[in-house]
Amino acid sequence: MDYFLTEEQEMIVETAREITREKIIPVRAELDEKNEFAASILEDIARADLFGIFVPEEYGGLGGGCFEIVLALEELAKGCVGVATTFAASALGIFPVLIAGSEEQKRKYLPDIAAGRRWAAFGLTEANAGSDASGIQTTAVPDGDHWVLNGTKQWITNGGEAQIYTIVALTDPSKGARGASIFIVEDGDPGFSYGKKEDKMGIRSSATRELIMKDCRIPRDRLVGRKGTGFITVMKTLDVSRPGIASLGVGLGQAALDEAVTYAKQRVQFGRPIIGFQAIQHMLADMATQVEAARALVYAAARHIDAHPRQMSKVSSMCKVFATDMAMKVTVDAVQVLGGYGYMKEYPVEKMMRDAKILQIYEGTNQIQRNVIGQELNKEYA
Amino acid sequence: MELLVCIKQVPDAKDVRLDPKTNTLARDGVESIMNPFDRHALEEAVRIREEQGGTVTALSMGPPQAEEVLREAIACGADRGVLVSDRAFAGADTWATSYTLARAIETLGSFDLILCGKQAIDGDTAQVGPGLASRMNLPYVTCVQKRRQVDDTGIEVERMMDDGYDVVRLPLPALLTVVKDINEPRVPSLKGKMKARKAEIPVLSAADIGAEKECIGLAGSPTRVVNVFSPEPRGDRKIFTGTAEEQVDQLIEHLRDYL
Repeated sequence: MDYFLTEEQEMIVETAREITREKIIPVRAELDEKNEFAASILEDIARADLFGIFVPEEYGGLGGGCFEIVLALEELAKGCVGVATTFAASALGIFPVLIAGSEEQKRKYLPDIAAGRRWAAFGLTEANAGSDASGIQTTAVPDGDHWVLNGTKQWITNGGEAQIYTIVALTDPSKGARGASIFIVEDGDPGFSYGKKEDKMGIRSSATRELIMKDCRIPRDRLVGRKGTGFITVMKTLDVSRPGIASLGVGLGQAALDEAVTYAKQRVQFGRPIIGFQAIQHMLADMATQVEAARALVYAAARHIDAHPRQMSKVSSMCKVFATDMAMKVTVDAVQVLGGYGYMKEYPVEKMMRDAKILQIYEGTNQIQRNVIGQELNKEYA
Repeated sequence: MELLVCIKQVPDAKDVRLDPKTNTLARDGVESIMNPFDRHALEEAVRIREEQGGTVTALSMGPPQAEEVLREAIACGADRGVLVSDRAFAGADTWATSYTLARAIETLGSFDLILCGKQAIDGDTAQVGPGLASRMNLPYVTCVQKRRQVDDTGIEVERMMDDGYDVVRLPLPALLTVVKDINEPRVPSLKGKMKARKAEIPVLSAADIGAEKECIGLAGSPTRVVNVFSPEPRGDRKIFTGTAEEQVDQLIEHLRDYL
């Protein structure tokens, strides 16, 4: 379908597609098997200027928005959701600075992000604070010209690989969520270290680690936005980032569909290619319809968000739920179409099915997304 | 450092056919690409510029549509592209081509290092690089697999050999032809593509480069292609069966017939 992309958007798609074809697909199975972080691919992505697509031009980027990220992530996800997740997580990590950072912070960090010289990560989740993000226990206490952070963040994508971390910590624990603030912690800051790398079911080319802050001292100017506004910034950040995760679902679903159709055309049973059987045709038809419906919703949501509306949480959550539930279903069906071959690691759909699962879990579980949609409906119909 | 890369637009090798009537390369409907070896030469030039500063000029001789590969070269990091194009160049062999490129390069100015792919995947002669160096009286090394060191005084490279490699040092200006092992070319960047879209690609004609009429095109080409053909598939195969020993015995018996 024609989504009427601008020439610049077409170029982003084409560039990400070339990275996927030339740099990601040839190595994805090996990265998956070895649980290996895809550092050299990120350098390729950086050289192709893709890290700069959402950074304003005055900070060395290309000045795009949510939609440009969606387009790039969809193509990267066709190759490997692990690599695409690393890219998405870096964007997520720097969004708080884009949304609420000071001019000095933007000047300090955004040009490096745009050039791909440094990557970012977002530190919100803790052992006891997942869906209930207000349960965080990491604290930040002022001490002269510094802040001192204590606490442990869990399952942080790009942990140990990124150089810039945006950390959510309580500056006033008595106020709960209203007492949270966001801080920039840099790799190498005193008292800042990493836990072991997690061994995951899927997206194994992305790095997931604990962030450990033990009397971590950072300069006073690392506070992002005003004290106590951390959760507002977190919510705004997630509103903008969720369509990116949704687009990972679109790219993954499309890739699984491509594999399934290609296989069904060449696999012969009962004397003819299995695509000739209605049972297979109907599965493929449903998969294709769902992928296209998800893409249309994600693109529409991203364009809506780029118009800076007052309210964007509902549509942002809707596209995340729909596209990632679709990716799970379509990848499971792709394995089914490939039958026994689909279950084997020689074929890519096995990895796709494992990679799909996280999309329903991270950046807000799909149950939490439905809560957001439900709450918004409740307000709208008041 | 002033760098120049020679780039040829070639038909995509995935799709090479001979016209059964004329026995020449069927180019109609075949997608054109940048010669793969030239892509590695370009990447190396861009890397040298990134390390040492200077400019990278991409030069191509070909029909007007060869402008496409020059835009692609700019997207991949070249600073500018120059096309040498004239109907009078048509039918050039490697002798006339190296003359034409040499005239064009001398017209453009002076360069410290000229890089070419080892060969083009359509003609496969590997003659234009060395021919160009000879025309320009430059030292050259072919089949470079690695650049060890380069500065204003000279360059040290590894030349791929059947049984290892030679280390060769040569003064600048010089010419290198490169093999694919030398680097992993980058994907064209977004900023590069935007620059490529807007870039002016100057076109130099035979008159612009002061080429002698009898040295260019068909007139300047002593090579005559007598015949091009697809080899007939060989039908006289014989398969021996049985244990390895039995097969060897049968093979020896068979070979005796030819002694």
